[in-house]
Amino acid sequence: MATARVLPAGAGVERRIRLVREWAPLSARARPSPSATASRRCIIDKVIDSVTSSKLGHSLVTLGGLSRLAGQALVRMVTPPYQLRELLRQCDRLGAGSVNLTNITALFTGLVLALQTAYTLSAFGARLYIGEVVAMSLVRELGPVLTALMVGGRVGSGIAAEIGTMAVTEQVDAIRSMGADPIRKLVVPRVWAVLITLPLLTILADGMGILGGLLISVFEEGSTAGFYFQHAFRLMTFHDIASGLSKTFFFAFMIAVIGCFNGLNARGGADGVGRATTNTVYAAAIGVLVSDFFLTKIFLSF
Amino acid sequence: MADPVITLRGVSKSFGTKPVLREANLEIFSGETMAILGGSGSGKTVTLKLINGLLAPDAGKITVLGHDVSSMLEHELIPLRLRVSYLFQGGALFDSMTIFDNVAFPIREHRSVSRAELTERVTELLQLVQLRDVEPLYPSELSGGMRKRAALARALALEPEIILYDEPTTGLDPVTGRTIGDLIGSLHRRLAVTSVIVTHEIPFVTRVAERIVFLNEGRFVYSGSPRRAASEGPELVREFFVAGGAYAG
Repeated sequence: MATARVLPAGAGVERRIRLVREWAPLSARARPSPSATASRRCIIDKVIDSVTSSKLGHSLVTLGGLSRLAGQALVRMVTPPYQLRELLRQCDRLGAGSVNLTNITALFTGLVLALQTAYTLSAFGARLYIGEVVAMSLVRELGPVLTALMVGGRVGSGIAAEIGTMAVTEQVDAIRSMGADPIRKLVVPRVWAVLITLPLLTILADGMGILGGLLISVFEEGSTAGFYFQHAFRLMTFHDIASGLSKTFFFAFMIAVIGCFNGLNARGGADGVGRATTNTVYAAAIGVLVSDFFLTKIFLSF
Repeated sequence: MADPVITLRGVSKSFGTKPVLREANLEIFSGETMAILGGSGSGKTVTLKLINGLLAPDAGKITVLGHDVSSMLEHELIPLRLRVSYLFQGGALFDSMTIFDNVAFPIREHRSVSRAELTERVTELLQLVQLRDVEPLYPSELSGGMRKRAALARALALEPEIILYDEPTTGLDPVTGRTIGDLIGSLHRRLAVTSVIVTHEIPFVTRVAERIVFLNEGRFVYSGSPRRAASEGPELVREFFVAGGAYAG
């Protein structure tokens, strides 16, 4: 029984060391005092163990590490030196490389949305309003969320896999050993790149979705392009566009930081990189969907 | 003997329930080429990472060039890391950069030099490790031995006083391994650096190292010249030398 208790406790220490102490070195980390006595360490370890060995405790430790990385990245994002060349490279890889994916997603969402809206509205004899429903749904909600989900899958996992591979092949340690800062070198350009490109991808996606609605409106419903556009933009205000786009900055920051965090904490070869990638897709998707609700609630209150 | 440039006093380090170092003590002196021997998983690499501050000890004190690295924060370690280079086991070259950018990385990071000076310095460093015309290539386009040499060029870029080598010849064919070994030996003589080499390749040790320390169950249990270790060392160490084919024939 005693052994059974000791093992998970040790595993708790392992997680604590890995997630909190050894990694955190990238900023102000507190190192253990060399003068600390063994007994004091033992008590502290036991207390921390009892918290971190639970599932909730582990989640809290992860959340703490994620928040710390977010904070460290934010500080470095606005302070020199800036990595402009690397930023452009990342914008091209992460942003421009996602255009087809997000545009196809938005186009077909627009097509389906128009079909379904026409079907539903026909029950009320209100098929004329396809434009309003399609455009408003896309601009306020579907454009930002679907684009973020797609980018979260493609870009978030790509970041986690790339940085994770660097971590397990000691390239991240190599950056540190040469007196450079992995957060500034790896995290900041990626966060900025997603932050810049996700809103642009969303604008494009909104346009593609509205275009999808137009195709159904004209070819299926026998409407005209002018009529569709007149209706699509009739009720739309700046507030609608702004509320949709504002969310994307939050999603972008979250996706990039989750990807970087999982990548930096990847351990143990291909298996570790695989886990980092899967965890990123999972966390980014859940994060986007859950935060979307709260962001929508906040925006609707203004 | 000269003053120690690296000292470990009562250093302990565990990963989970597995203790790797247990109150280990070690002194490494200025200008010597010292090899850390020990079985797989005995904590050799962990020792190098502790010296470089990449890992923090659970207890004990580590002093490098007069600085207590065990109590330093990450940003405080930067000036020290410019004086202590680390050659990683797999080279750890950046996949996304060319060999030129890899070798130029530490120079760009810490020195302000013109493009011409940078090119000259990188070429000079690559020549030092006997590499030519590899600047525009990516690490994936080089052989294992060439990657190790390019990584060595990068490690030498800031003219370090101490170089930590993690398994510099592992995974290479015997001839390439020997070339790397000779290269490390000649660099040591030319640049007068202190070299700490983690390895379990005995022929390499006997050719390059002036002193070996043996790591067993978390402690440095033996220190002496390779020849003395092979003949007069404890049985554990002698077995290591015999199995490794030292002084055969």
